[in-house]
Amino acid sequence: MRYLPLTPDDRAAMLAVIGAATIDDLFIDVPASARLAKPVDLPPHAGELEVERALSALAAKNRAAGTGPFFCGAGAYRHHVPATVDHLIQRSEFLTSYTPYQPEIAQGTLQTLFEFQTQVAELLGLPVANASMYDGSTGCAEAVLMASRATKRSGAVLSGGLHPHYAEAAHTLAVAAGVETHRLSAAIDDEAAVIAAIGPDTACVVVQTPNVFGTVTDVTPIAQAAHAAGALMIVVTTETVSLGLLKSPGEMGADIAVAEGQSIGNGLNFGGPYVGLFACTEKLTRQIPGRLCGQTVDAEGRRGFVLTLSTREQHIRRDKATSNICTNSGLCALAFTIHMSLLGGTGLRTLAQINHARTLSLKKALAAVPGVEVLTPRLFNEFAIRLPTDAAAVVEALARKDIIAGVPYARLDPDAGLDDVLLVCATETTTAGDIAAFAAALDANLNGEIAA
Amino acid sequence: MTMLNVGRQTRPEESASLTPAYPGRGLLQDEPLIFELGGWTKTGVDFPDEATDTADLAGLTRTLPLRLPGLSEPETVRHYVRLSQKNHAIDLALYPLGSCTMKHNPRLDEKLARLPGFIDLHPLQPISTVQGALSVMDTLAHWLKTLTGMPAVALTPKAGAHGELCGLLAIRAAHLARGDARRVVLAPTSAHGTNPATAALAGYEVREIAQTESGHVDLADLEAKLGPDVAAVMVTNPNTCGLFEPDVIEIARLTHAAGAYFYCDGANFNAIVGRVRPGDLGVDAMHINLHKTFSTPHGGGGPGAGPVVLSAELAPYAPTPWLVHGDGGFDLIEEPVGAAEGSFGRMSAFQGQMGMYVRALAYMMSHGADGLRQVAEDAVLNANYVKARLSGVMTPAFPDGPCMHEALFDDTWLEGSGVTTLDFAKAMIDAGFHPMTMYFPLVVHGAMLIEPTETESRGELDRFCDTILELAAAVKAGDTERFTGAPFHAPLKRLDETLAARKPRLRWSAEAAA
Amino acid sequence: MRFTKDHEWVDLQGDVATIGITAYAADQLGDVVFVELPEAGKTVGAGDALAVVESVKAASDVYAPISGEVAAANPDLSDNPETVNDAPEGGGWFVKIKIKDPAQVEALMDRAAYEAFLATL
Repeated sequence: MRYLPLTPDDRAAMLAVIGAATIDDLFIDVPASARLAKPVDLPPHAGELEVERALSALAAKNRAAGTGPFFCGAGAYRHHVPATVDHLIQRSEFLTSYTPYQPEIAQGTLQTLFEFQTQVAELLGLPVANASMYDGSTGCAEAVLMASRATKRSGAVLSGGLHPHYAEAAHTLAVAAGVETHRLSAAIDDEAAVIAAIGPDTACVVVQTPNVFGTVTDVTPIAQAAHAAGALMIVVTTETVSLGLLKSPGEMGADIAVAEGQSIGNGLNFGGPYVGLFACTEKLTRQIPGRLCGQTVDAEGRRGFVLTLSTREQHIRRDKATSNICTNSGLCALAFTIHMSLLGGTGLRTLAQINHARTLSLKKALAAVPGVEVLTPRLFNEFAIRLPTDAAAVVEALARKDIIAGVPYARLDPDAGLDDVLLVCATETTTAGDIAAFAAALDANLNGEIAA
Repeated sequence: MTMLNVGRQTRPEESASLTPAYPGRGLLQDEPLIFELGGWTKTGVDFPDEATDTADLAGLTRTLPLRLPGLSEPETVRHYVRLSQKNHAIDLALYPLGSCTMKHNPRLDEKLARLPGFIDLHPLQPISTVQGALSVMDTLAHWLKTLTGMPAVALTPKAGAHGELCGLLAIRAAHLARGDARRVVLAPTSAHGTNPATAALAGYEVREIAQTESGHVDLADLEAKLGPDVAAVMVTNPNTCGLFEPDVIEIARLTHAAGAYFYCDGANFNAIVGRVRPGDLGVDAMHINLHKTFSTPHGGGGPGAGPVVLSAELAPYAPTPWLVHGDGGFDLIEEPVGAAEGSFGRMSAFQGQMGMYVRALAYMMSHGADGLRQVAEDAVLNANYVKARLSGVMTPAFPDGPCMHEALFDDTWLEGSGVTTLDFAKAMIDAGFHPMTMYFPLVVHGAMLIEPTETESRGELDRFCDTILELAAAVKAGDTERFTGAPFHAPLKRLDETLAARKPRLRWSAEAAA
Repeated sequence: MRFTKDHEWVDLQGDVATIGITAYAADQLGDVVFVELPEAGKTVGAGDALAVVESVKAASDVYAPISGEVAAANPDLSDNPETVNDAPEGGGWFVKIKIKDPAQVEALMDRAAYEAFLATL
């Protein structure tokens, strides 16, 4: 077996050193009734060629996003990742190291985390960022709990524009922790409703911008209302590229900002692994979940980096920790930071502008299709349209023509009564040809009979 | 006042004095932060010229400049390659971090995870266009269920701790479904910190179970603490001392008799995969760290994946989405309706860590049923070999009987030498090895937990043991300088963790740098 | 000055007791990096959690040795937690508590008794 270096002779010699007759002697603590006498009922070992053949066959059964017109967003975005990024993250020293517990031989990981934290803090417009969460949705859930700890209150208002998966993940975690979530009904634009829902026991107000319908919102008035009521403002962003063009959460008064960082440096991966960005005000630093990297000096006074403020974490504070998170998204954070280093603020702004421009083209093309109504008032790179029929059926029909038309809102939130709403997205990877093909196919699907 | 985990030196002995930065030393280059490389207006990505109309974003666009430096491609490559060379890695040498299972990461797995049909697949594409991906999930589920002897698995948790939470939330839902609001979770004193942290996150009060002198769960103490308010017993098996719990079946029986569920922390599944099925031990739920047992790369701290196998009794409460076999192929139930009505809900957006599923499945298929059994045997053999070779000099915490996949030593053998566990670990760095896990588990004084894994050759194990024995001889010879000042040959000397915590600097800033 | 088996000291002046941790405790903890203190006005009972003192690798709860109302928390510790190590029984004090029952203080160990207690550890 190619991954196992020991030979039968090695094993025999090592057993002799140990003083054991057979390998079974080393498993004597296992109750006799639970010792398996032979391998379990699964296929035997296989060579590289066989494994590659089997998994390639499964990969080929999927319709990869890049092979044709493709318009899905809603929390995961197809962007171009420079070849350099994937090359660098596959370096052995990054790929096959672990959490930097020994800082003297982990400065590579630690310095990139420090750079990552600085980039995230700058993007989100807040002074402190952690070394990553699993993804945006779990970051959002942790933010709700953090706000509850900080305010000693137990209510959380969730905007109707918050991605339903985020709302559900926050609810799951909140229920167990004794925090009550108040999720508003699905709404394209619900600033007034959010403000009205704030009460004396509100620990936090969670608003996403651009929201799941693509609507861009200046949350400043909501943040002011939250603060006036003694609550914290949590701003969620699922499309990090938008921050190249739009006001940052911090600029709008967020106390905690969480974002899905997948767009930068990371592939779609059918939903994971992704990388959660998490930032907050200085005052909340000691309530932050997860790892933090900090600057210090070594014994000779040279700058170096270490994991710090660890007493917040599970391995020290155990049942009083700010979170149970241990392993996070290290390598995805590295991919993020490398891609962001290539882009810089200048590149990110240009990328955001291109995304916005392509999406305006898509909006124009779809708005021209009879029967399509654009619902999103202010958009970045995704928006919602209303169709005269069931959106899921249209998506299935277009998929048969090799056009991935977007995400039916009802797939995320079946009880909202929005079966006719379709969420669409364009990025720098979307071509004019893709847009024309989509508009034509949609027109044919909706109006085919009339046209014929 | 109660003191936890006290008495560790965390600060270099010598007081820090500023010395000028050096440009390089041999192959090691000194490397500034990207913020010091001056690329405030640069970018390393070429874009087409494309104007956009931001009319409908009036008042919503960024007014503050984005202070993010950009680097050209060659500068980027050099920056990160230089940084990478300051890391130890499993590809470089044995990495014996106990309980972390740092084993070889096959590159085949990396290649396959990057096939466009996997990496370039959106989580919300029409189900008809992702049947291959769902088939990967289904096959992985089948392997995990078969290897553990459990009827169900929830794939979505994103890491071990997330898996623990999944298991406890399923247990909570199962109790609540019976109208039984139990409040307590029991866990041994030797438990990893995530266990109590997870139990608290799931709303439970945590009580500790004592450990016997031989490093096992104290059955009498467990029995005394079990009662109608106990929701679950969380036990790591093999445990954090590297020992298999011989009374595990009795632990399960007592737990069930008290109306509680038995949660097994499967962080150490590598020691028993293919030889023992947790389902045969009475386990109700167990997470599996794909980044440990099934060798997805640790990546400097993630991403991981923490699928949870569940008993038939807990399966109805598994989190959404559920993967099911539909009429036209695989399907996903994404909301707690229909068959998934009892589900405790969603733990995160989407379907979990697909990239990790592909890697883990490629690893499993490569090993097969026979190879995975050999994995456990070689992992245990290697750990016992290290224990046997070092026991004459170092003091094993539990000398009697075999260990499983990791060998635990205490610091009795260092007493009076002026060398602490930390010092010894730092001296290992100078000798080319990553230190073992230190000061964990907390129940053993000055703990040193060594997990070699099955992917080390006998030659590398001997090189490691010879090095440790040579270092130990230096301790005995009174060469304390070699330890208290270590590391001498790493990119940096010992770092001042106290300064970092007292005056936190968590990001670069122009003001602080000026 | 009086002492507890949990290594706290109590210095009563009038009806205000100043509380800190002993030199022994500070030494055991190692370099103190952060102290979480209660806000003035908080009522505490003997045995209640009063503060948390952190070193790099440990967080330890400090329990109130006596009952009363927090009159002040040491404002210097947030910027200079090292004072706890440098002057544990002086500038490194944690809180001042306005007490109702001086007998609670009298019941604690005097220095000789505390030192005898330390000798048993």
